[in-house]
Amino acid sequence: MSVLLIAEHNNKELKPFTYNAVSAASKIDEDLHILVLGNKSETVAKSASEIPNVKKVIHVDNEIYENFIAENYTSAIIKHADTYSHIVCSANTFGKNLMPRIAALLDTSQVSDIIKVISADTFLRPIYAGNAFATVKSNDKKKCITIRPTSFEPAPATGGSAEIVKSEAGEAFKNSKFVKREEIKSDRPELGTARIVISGGRGMQNSENFKLISAIADKLNAAIGASRAAVDAGYITNDHQVGQTGKVVVPDLYIAVGISGAIQHLAGMKESKIIVAINKDGEAPIFSVADYGLEADLFEALPQFLEELNKLNTIQK
Amino acid sequence: MKILVAVKRVIDYNVQVRVKEDGTGVVTDNVKMSTNPPDDNAVEEAVKIKESGKAKEIVAITIGEEKAQETVRKALAVGADRGIHVKVEGIVEPLAVSKILQKIVDKEKPDLVFMGKQAIDDDCNQTGQMLAALLGWPQATFASKINVKDSALEVTREVDEGLETIEVNIPAIVTCDLRLNEPRYASLPNIMKAKKKPLEQINASDLGVDTKARIEQIKVEEPPKRKAGIKVANVSELVQKLKNEAKVI
Repeated sequence: MSVLLIAEHNNKELKPFTYNAVSAASKIDEDLHILVLGNKSETVAKSASEIPNVKKVIHVDNEIYENFIAENYTSAIIKHADTYSHIVCSANTFGKNLMPRIAALLDTSQVSDIIKVISADTFLRPIYAGNAFATVKSNDKKKCITIRPTSFEPAPATGGSAEIVKSEAGEAFKNSKFVKREEIKSDRPELGTARIVISGGRGMQNSENFKLISAIADKLNAAIGASRAAVDAGYITNDHQVGQTGKVVVPDLYIAVGISGAIQHLAGMKESKIIVAINKDGEAPIFSVADYGLEADLFEALPQFLEELNKLNTIQK
Repeated sequence: MKILVAVKRVIDYNVQVRVKEDGTGVVTDNVKMSTNPPDDNAVEEAVKIKESGKAKEIVAITIGEEKAQETVRKALAVGADRGIHVKVEGIVEPLAVSKILQKIVDKEKPDLVFMGKQAIDDDCNQTGQMLAALLGWPQATFASKINVKDSALEVTREVDEGLETIEVNIPAIVTCDLRLNEPRYASLPNIMKAKKKPLEQINASDLGVDTKARIEQIKVEEPPKRKAGIKVANVSELVQKLKNEAKVI
């Protein structure tokens, strides 16, 4: 048995969730290899080789991997699939897009979004927006698995020195072409990995009012999240969406402001360690998962919250 | 151009799902069912493309038990031209679904296949990508904007970092995000008309696809419950609790 993990990166560095996926993958089997498909991506391969749990890095460098096109990735991965019992990657938009394409070509029924490794063939995964947990056993010879990154601690980044083996590119796929990427740059911590997340919902009423949230996010060094309702209403961009079809976050502190708490939103945040809900509707479902609920008008509560934070001598960063 | 749209019948998104006491699954008896929400977006987008004159025919397809055809009727009521219901009992895994769809694509020869990016029951997010792989077609997943060109689609995708735009040559598979459009409601006259539109029934077994489960569902259980929290009286109490009790700030 050995496990092949597909690295997610930007040709310069590994994306943080790759480290979480390493933790999960090494629970499946200790013989863990990482495949880095990139363009001018030597630093990525080097970083991968420094992760202590990694036994070998396969590095394929070619211009067709400059942008992540699942079709191009797939042909290279299939070439290496023979020697592995498991092929794994993160269950974020990267892995969700990629893994089923590999699984279908290997005639494997994929296990998506696992939150626990029970054994090499048995896994725990949420279904119905996390309203049920299913224990599932894969009976396929080769297993394709995506890992919910926030359910596993990130592996250490340094201390290892795995060998890096160069390999040839796969066939380029002619019918898909990358056009552009609109990344929203922010100085704030990344939503998926932030220690504190403060999110706004439809109760924010407009995009201007999200300034009340940003001011607190600045103070707490928090990431900003949002409900789907707020994103759909155009108050904030989609990369902030937390929920069943958005991002799943597990921060130490999640502050939900003006969010009623639809099942689909709860699916993305209810594993947070401490949940605070601020809502003027005392009956809102969000209070059923909140450790601390404040029934109040957010337009009064948020400025007061900032004021109280300013009074504190120290704030954990 | 011809568009095939795949729809799935699932527990309605507003229903609070309950786990069966014997751990074999979730309660579906007497529970409201409806079309998987992003599948509605897939149907809507196909109808819009047809209305713009860029598509001639929309075929809606579902795979499942007898009642699953309700979802096809709904698609017919908002603008699909005809329907296909592939009958099969029990859970069909995405791999088997994509193999069935592949057979239908071979027969129908659509230029585009649309479906929701994820079903809200099993949350697998696999079928579109798998079908694209089996057909050797390009895949445009998590689409929030589609621009139909002569022989290609320009698709904006919702990704973790923001938005990504790709161009895929036709034929192609598109999986739709909830933000792609606002699905219309079917009018009563259109619901009546939809009953007269053709709906072909096919047995999955006649397609020669093995639908046997590859993944054994050992048990389904309730997720751990959160301990009941408290209500605080005001903001200063909240901040004190966060600082001194929860120790998170």
